[in-house]
Amino acid sequence: MTTTLPPVTTGAVGAPAPPRTVVPRTSVPDPAGAPRRPERRRQLGGTRIGDALALVGSGVAALALTAVVATQLAPLRGVPACVAVATALFLVVYAAVVSLDADAPAVRDRLVMVVVHGLAFVVLATLVFVVVFTLGRGLQALLHANFYTQDMSLAGPLDPLTVGGVGHAIVGSLIQITIALAVTVPLGLATAVFLTEVPGAFARFVRTVVEAMTALPSIVAGLFVYATAILALGIDKSGLAASMAISIMMLPIMIRSADVVLRLVPHTLKEASVGLGAGQWRTVWRVVLPTARSGLMTAIILATARGIGETSPVLLTSGFTASLNVNPLHGPMVSLPLAIFQFVKSPEPTMIARGFGTAAVLMALVVLLFVLARVVGAQDVAARARRTERVDRLMDYLRLAPLTLSRLVRRGDAPDSPTDTTGPGDVTAAPAPTPGEPS
Amino acid sequence: MTATDVPRRLGTRRPPSDRAFRGVVRGGGVLVLAIMSCVGVFLLVRAWQALRVAGLGFLTTQAWEPDSGNFGIAAVLVGTVLIALVAVSVALPLALGTSLYISEYAPTRLRRGLITLVDLMAAVPSVVFGLWGVFYLQGHLTDVARWISTVFAWFPPLSVQGADPSDPLSPVTLYTSSTFVAGLVVAFMITPIMTSIMREVFMQAPVGEREGALALGSTRWGMIRSVVLPYGLGGIVGGTMLGLGRALGETIAIYMIISPVFTVQWHVLQNGANSVSSLIALRYGEASPFGMSALMAAGLALFLLTLAVNFGASSIVARSRSGAHS
Repeated sequence: MTTTLPPVTTGAVGAPAPPRTVVPRTSVPDPAGAPRRPERRRQLGGTRIGDALALVGSGVAALALTAVVATQLAPLRGVPACVAVATALFLVVYAAVVSLDADAPAVRDRLVMVVVHGLAFVVLATLVFVVVFTLGRGLQALLHANFYTQDMSLAGPLDPLTVGGVGHAIVGSLIQITIALAVTVPLGLATAVFLTEVPGAFARFVRTVVEAMTALPSIVAGLFVYATAILALGIDKSGLAASMAISIMMLPIMIRSADVVLRLVPHTLKEASVGLGAGQWRTVWRVVLPTARSGLMTAIILATARGIGETSPVLLTSGFTASLNVNPLHGPMVSLPLAIFQFVKSPEPTMIARGFGTAAVLMALVVLLFVLARVVGAQDVAARARRTERVDRLMDYLRLAPLTLSRLVRRGDAPDSPTDTTGPGDVTAAPAPTPGEPS
Repeated sequence: MTATDVPRRLGTRRPPSDRAFRGVVRGGGVLVLAIMSCVGVFLLVRAWQALRVAGLGFLTTQAWEPDSGNFGIAAVLVGTVLIALVAVSVALPLALGTSLYISEYAPTRLRRGLITLVDLMAAVPSVVFGLWGVFYLQGHLTDVARWISTVFAWFPPLSVQGADPSDPLSPVTLYTSSTFVAGLVVAFMITPIMTSIMREVFMQAPVGEREGALALGSTRWGMIRSVVLPYGLGGIVGGTMLGLGRALGETIAIYMIISPVFTVQWHVLQNGANSVSSLIALRYGEASPFGMSALMAAGLALFLLTLAVNFGASSIVARSRSGAHS
């Protein structure tokens, strides 16, 4: 191995070549007589067959031991007892098997790995099962088109699923969330901007109060609207009252997450804007809000998902009706969560199926909101820059295309002119055809 | 001649557009503050009528008959806390395991999908979990409850009064609509949000320290224990407290499952439970003006409880390493 020291310049022009320090080569002792085996690539990742066998073997052993315990040793009755005993036995057997060829830290590592995988599997399987269970029980209601278009005014508890639907609840949910968003988005964003852009003692106080109100249980928000708007002010149970309750619940959630997002906007961007002579308003409008746009959309959409799915505020404030009501100011207006709640109170199987179908519709609405959040959230600064670049490239191509085309046409006129040179500025020109090649 | 130096007065003269902008956003802040304080103050004022009548007995009475003056939140508040405790003690290991799996063990290809799935499940409406609890879990959980109560009968909260383990025909209804079932449903409801928060923090654990631990020869669990878990402690506590807050305030899933009782039910596996929010949902309709005031007082007590949990969580998270910058 040779090491070259950095040349020491002495300042004299035309100095002799810098000295090179030569370190003797590091030599690997070569066992001359040993036969050379062909080198094999070492396996770095993936599962080893021994690990898999240890897992499977421990599983089989645990099942067998559980069977022995259940039939011979102790009176184990019921599935839960057997599952608990089998799990415990599996962990013990697996630890014993691994400890045959590994030390204590490795045994602990493997045990934790198995436990973590098990816990994750239980959670993910349960969550997927909750969704599949809801879809499965609601499927017979979901298959009828009238379920999405009709309301329940003509459908009694004993009517089949071909009559009636939850169109009124879908419309009601959309109206209520629209009103709530019309209130909370401007108010919430203005407050979040206030908290970050106009700091001071008052802003700190507002932030503390808002953080405290995120703890307000949703039923208490409903109770507040019920006691003030409905009992004291005499507004009847209506979509407006429900929207008020939803707004009170959503507002702190939205302000808090929007505040966090706005605080993450880099100060250098703001300072650059101010340094270029922009005022505060222009800075917020042109720099802060566009930079934080995807985060703000996520904040709004997550708050919307919370507001559209919460039952307890609307339970107290919106009233229940079986027919379509598009006037939020007057008369009860049912929403999706409340419709689910009322459907499953009934003992009739068709009503319960309708309840599960409504739950599926509600989940679909939430998923739709999430997809929307992803699509909007993906359009951040980098994505916009990429898109601009793509458009620029397309425009370049279009601008240069006539040139290239005319050149090709000229080439068609004179196919055997070998001295076709490309212009200095023309980068997209096709390579000049070789003389013998037909073009 | 030399004049003494007078400090120059520095001020900001803002253009009218900026002053208008500041005025508008300040107005938004004032409006939000007004709404929020209005809720708080109104709650306090209306609750005051009931609290003045009930006095300190409000915290110790186990009954809810406001119109005869005999009411208190001892039973419902204990029920709320018990349901939340069951939920958190089940959800904490589940969420911890799932978030560690996603951040440390899951194959990279799966990871994005799992993150999306968990975030999506955190937004599933609570009434959906309530449906699952009533129509599926309730029926399948009686065996588990019966087994636990038989094995752990020596531990008073897990015993069930009136149960006879030797009688296979003992009524199943003894084990339904219990704190345990409600707590389990709430546990699966809060697991996704807890997982989401913990996963977020675990993934931010510094790569240099992870690689340092691995380079020093630690196993994957050794690395997790010495780097990821200490770094993510704030996230674990914060996520758990947030889940606890959700569990305390949860209404509809609990309302659908429990059969309300108005005495303190210590036996979590036994039929009968109650919570403040389901009490409000149950009684708001037929409440007299004074009964409404009593319900307000109960709501206020619940609000104070969740408030304490939230502020505890945020102070712990702010002091931890991972939460310092958020």
